Amino acid sequence: MADPGAAREVRLSVNGVERAGTAEPRLLLSDFLRHRLGLTGTHVGCEHGVCGACTVLLDGEPVRSCLVFAVQADGAALRTVEGLAGEDGELSPVQQAFHEAHGMQCGFCTPGFLISLTALLEERPQASEEELVDALSGNLCRCTGYANILAAARAARDRAAEGRA
Amino acid sequence: MSTIGVSVPRVEDERLLRGEGRFLDDLRLEGALEVAFLRSPHAHAKIGAIDAAAALALPGVVAVIDGRETAAALEPMVFDIAKIVPETVREATAPQVRVHPMPALPAERVTYVGQPVVMVVAESRYLAEDAVDLVAVEFEPLPAVVDAERALEPGAPLVEPDWEDNEAISFSFERGDVDAAFAAAAVVVEESFRSHRQHPSPIETRGVAAGVDPQDGSLAVWSSTQTPHLLQDFLARWLHRDPERIRVRAPDVGGAFGVKHSCYPEDLLIPFAALRLGRAVKWAEDRAEHLAAATQGRDQLHRIAIAADSEGRILAVRDSAVMNAGAFNLLGLVVPYNTFTHLLGPYDVGALGFEMRVAVTNTVPTAPYRGAGRPEAVFAIERAIDRLARQLGADPADVRARNLIGPEQMPYETGIVYRDGSDQVYDSGDYPELLRRACELVQRERFEATASERRRIGVGYAIYTEGTGVGPFETARVRIEPSGTVKVFTGASSQGQGHRTTLAQVAAEALGVAVGDVEVVGGDSAAVPSGFGTLASRTLVVAGNAVSEAAAAVRAQALEVAAGMLAAAAYELEVEDGVISVRGRPDATLPLGAVAGFLTPFNPARPRGAPPELAAESVYRPGPVTWAAGVHVAVVAVDLPTGVVEVLRFVIAHDCGRVVNPAIADGQIVGGVMQGIGGALHEEIVYDESGQLRSGNFMDYMLPTAGEAPEFELVHLDTPSPLNPLGVKGLGEGGAIGPPAAIAGAVEDALADLGVVVHRGPLGPSRVRDLIASAASAASP
Amino acid sequence: MKPAAFDYHAPESVDEALELLADEAVESRVLAGGQSLVPMMNFRLAVPEALVDLRRIEELRYLRIGADGALEVGARTTQAELLRDPAVTTGWPLLHDGVTHIGHPQVRSRGTVCGSLAHHDPHGELPALALALGATITVAGPAGRRQIAAEDFFVSFYEVALEPGELVVEARFPAPPAGSGWSFREIARRHGDFALVGVACLVTPAQTRLVVFGAAERPLLLADPSEVAAAVRPLDDLHASAEYRRQVAVLLAGEALAEARERADG
Repeated sequence: MADPGAAREVRLSVNGVERAGTAEPRLLLSDFLRHRLGLTGTHVGCEHGVCGACTVLLDGEPVRSCLVFAVQADGAALRTVEGLAGEDGELSPVQQAFHEAHGMQCGFCTPGFLISLTALLEERPQASEEELVDALSGNLCRCTGYANILAAARAARDRAAEGRA
Repeated sequence: MSTIGVSVPRVEDERLLRGEGRFLDDLRLEGALEVAFLRSPHAHAKIGAIDAAAALALPGVVAVIDGRETAAALEPMVFDIAKIVPETVREATAPQVRVHPMPALPAERVTYVGQPVVMVVAESRYLAEDAVDLVAVEFEPLPAVVDAERALEPGAPLVEPDWEDNEAISFSFERGDVDAAFAAAAVVVEESFRSHRQHPSPIETRGVAAGVDPQDGSLAVWSSTQTPHLLQDFLARWLHRDPERIRVRAPDVGGAFGVKHSCYPEDLLIPFAALRLGRAVKWAEDRAEHLAAATQGRDQLHRIAIAADSEGRILAVRDSAVMNAGAFNLLGLVVPYNTFTHLLGPYDVGALGFEMRVAVTNTVPTAPYRGAGRPEAVFAIERAIDRLARQLGADPADVRARNLIGPEQMPYETGIVYRDGSDQVYDSGDYPELLRRACELVQRERFEATASERRRIGVGYAIYTEGTGVGPFETARVRIEPSGTVKVFTGASSQGQGHRTTLAQVAAEALGVAVGDVEVVGGDSAAVPSGFGTLASRTLVVAGNAVSEAAAAVRAQALEVAAGMLAAAAYELEVEDGVISVRGRPDATLPLGAVAGFLTPFNPARPRGAPPELAAESVYRPGPVTWAAGVHVAVVAVDLPTGVVEVLRFVIAHDCGRVVNPAIADGQIVGGVMQGIGGALHEEIVYDESGQLRSGNFMDYMLPTAGEAPEFELVHLDTPSPLNPLGVKGLGEGGAIGPPAAIAGAVEDALADLGVVVHRGPLGPSRVRDLIASAASAASP
Repeated sequence: MKPAAFDYHAPESVDEALELLADEAVESRVLAGGQSLVPMMNFRLAVPEALVDLRRIEELRYLRIGADGALEVGARTTQAELLRDPAVTTGWPLLHDGVTHIGHPQVRSRGTVCGSLAHHDPHGELPALALALGATITVAGPAGRRQIAAEDFFVSFYEVALEPGELVVEARFPAPPAGSGWSFREIARRHGDFALVGVACLVTPAQTRLVVFGAAERPLLLADPSEVAAAVRPLDDLHASAEYRRQVAVLLAGEALAEARERADG
């Protein structure tokens, strides 16, 4: 049997691209993405699952990548902030809404908010105000006071609804 | 068309939205070693033997450095600002200021929990933390003192054994006949109000990286700092190196709020390690370190008394304050003197007696946190005014209105000397109008409709003034490229304030170019030869005017050259959207970039003696600060049996002079208010009696979430500052100044019939229930 | 805040997992959703020598209604999966509502139902819900499987009736009888925080199950709000005083019972 403490190959799909890297068991998925794969858009703010800056989509669900070991993501499909824009490079409706509503200041927490909101609106395109708040209250922002983030979230939801109409 | 006063979309956003921002820990430094610190587990202890053998034996560990090693190379740190006392301040308040130097790593004694003791450098942060666990340090615990009031009592344990007591700063001031005013007063209120300790906690923690140039040994430092030039100067002095051989860059910085303004031991130790090891070294602080070892804010206790006549006109204020400096008096008068100069705020009060004592304690040092002494002053005076109103049975807004300085009194001399040594003069503003506008927007009735015996609605007020745009200077360089791009180099760096957009707007306005053609470069000590940085609500005032001046100078240069090229007089020329034209000659136009191209040394047609480029530099040195002001009104609901406080609506009437970008300005204000709401309701740094930090994670130090955000309503009253050409005032800190007082007032109002008095925050449900219980027991004989 | 090194196992069956857990020479922890364990490891407050990850054990991945009508939740089922199941929403509304109070979507997407039970934070929602609903916890161990009633499962802070080498494999929530009513209430500092104190209440035609949590070393099953004040053993901490917890537990218990009765009548 292989050494259970040894580093091993982790293969996963990130933003539709097959990626691989080695990870010892304790390597956090956040560190794997940032420092092994060079995807530094996912940020780390607390490493104990409160701030939400490191949120990524793991098999379609928003998760805190600081609370997942990279080895646990072997075989998974991930989406990170780098994969939100369209194939033509156009900002996604959620990204665009954050820009237009001034829903960001320093931008450090922004990737986590974008992912959380993207996850919500993909699952519940007509999310209620309560659902928006529930989804976004798992991410901390210290700059904006949230008013513009919530405005951006409503705008992104409403724009998506218009798009479907 | 003017580019100032327009909500130009931010140029910063796109990279950040795509995950292409480059924050400190995003920088890829090939082969960089990583650092972890062994930090003191004791509030106060002697350092005995340090055994690092096991750590050094761990594969991947490169160095273990302790204070005995650094003592030989690094003098203990002292900041000049801690010792600066202008002569006029000395005459007015007779301050006593003592500073003891802070070792980067202590060799003998630790004085707070979280203080770095041993630095481990390893191939990765994981390994560095493993090695920290293997370093054995013998600590001999010493008695510790945590509270400032206790620290000032006789016989308290000494934080600095060379001192006879723990008093780091004291000063006092008296104006008018305070005793006579109190003797003659119809009403006197006196209470103690505490501004509890809080933590700035931007979502990006601190971080430093350093590398050595293989060719000339010069040092490249990246730091998530607010002040790259100050850090460059500091490193030059402490590492005994030529400043020209140190380049400090602040990459994207994820919020700061004061906590990234000081120079820290880590700022010195990482470059030190890079030089010693000849390798790139990086330290990315984690949240536990940040909460334990980055500077904290507030922590003041005020015993304040107001004497008033029967109409509620304030005759005199007497305030005796104690502040906790933590283990080192890092910045001297900065915070406590701010408290003093902002105590009376917008009120016209004849007599003032003030005294301040600052104690060192065995806690992490305090330093400016968004507001920097002002929220503490405002909490004291505004709470006291609420008590006065209650005692008079008067509306708290009316009592405030009766005491406000009127617009006809502007400029208003307070009779106090500001910290920069100049007379404190409010340059402009209309405080009664601000209050009137705020009160119009409260909508109390809307919320009263939801009230019940159980659900109480309350409204609370806070009014503040804020000295902004403090010097000493900022540098800007503006250059027009032959392509037409305008480059603006500034000493001000950004931590999310949107300077790349607002300073571009300022330059665009002065030059007559499109905002999109301006590129702002900051956060780099190599961008301009000298600079100061972003702190103290100063950037738009100081850097903004520097940019405006430099841009105007470049414009004049361009017109002079263009006049020759177009065979016209300079005064006949105008610039719009980057194109110079001659009035009355529609065909005679010339892009600004063409003028820059014309000056290039390779153009044979260039006039003799002309400068080689279209560029100018300006160093703007502001005079006295310019005074912003705001009125905050909080509407809260208090659930009586559970004590849960909900902020329903928050009204802000704000005056920050001429507004460059309204969306960005509003964002700054709302963000500041939310930090204030966090402090009012949830956030508190708690040490136990032995000096152990009890709120050392984000479950216990509770930043507010989107679920706690109220509805916000903003109204601006923009009275341009006469003190600077742009007419702007600072606004970065204002939002955070009022909320603790306004929310405390609102909670007190909601519970008025129970006789509740709020002496301190945060107003979590358990504390609110305690307040109700103690009011009830006080009421029953 | 990086975890210490550990051995990592991702067995593909319960038997294989039990074999790994049976090695007494190694201090092993079971890793399910990791939402409580990994933060403790990042702080190095938990330093297990080995983790046994349940992620590959397909036999534990289910959420189904059993032959007797009970909801059977396999150890790999996440809280988010539970919330998405319409049968839970209609059949076990108390469970559904209580679980919406757990953290945030980013936590519920990983956090498992059984993991929260095995972790037993006395301020957590799931232990209280299990007790209120009369759940049974199935554990597998070297000696085979056994079932433990929720009443007997939660022992003290972060301590449950698991023997060394045992693993929670299923939580089973009986269907509330027709005509039952329910209520779930908690007071938290912020949206998504652990409760300062809370109450889960189920009223069936046969009995009242009133559970107070966050007010003792484990959730307390009571029959009537009048018992609350004497039964609780609350602690002081940074977020609330013991007295606060006691008073609010009494209040919430009364409110919850009234609401549950109202729903039962309706």
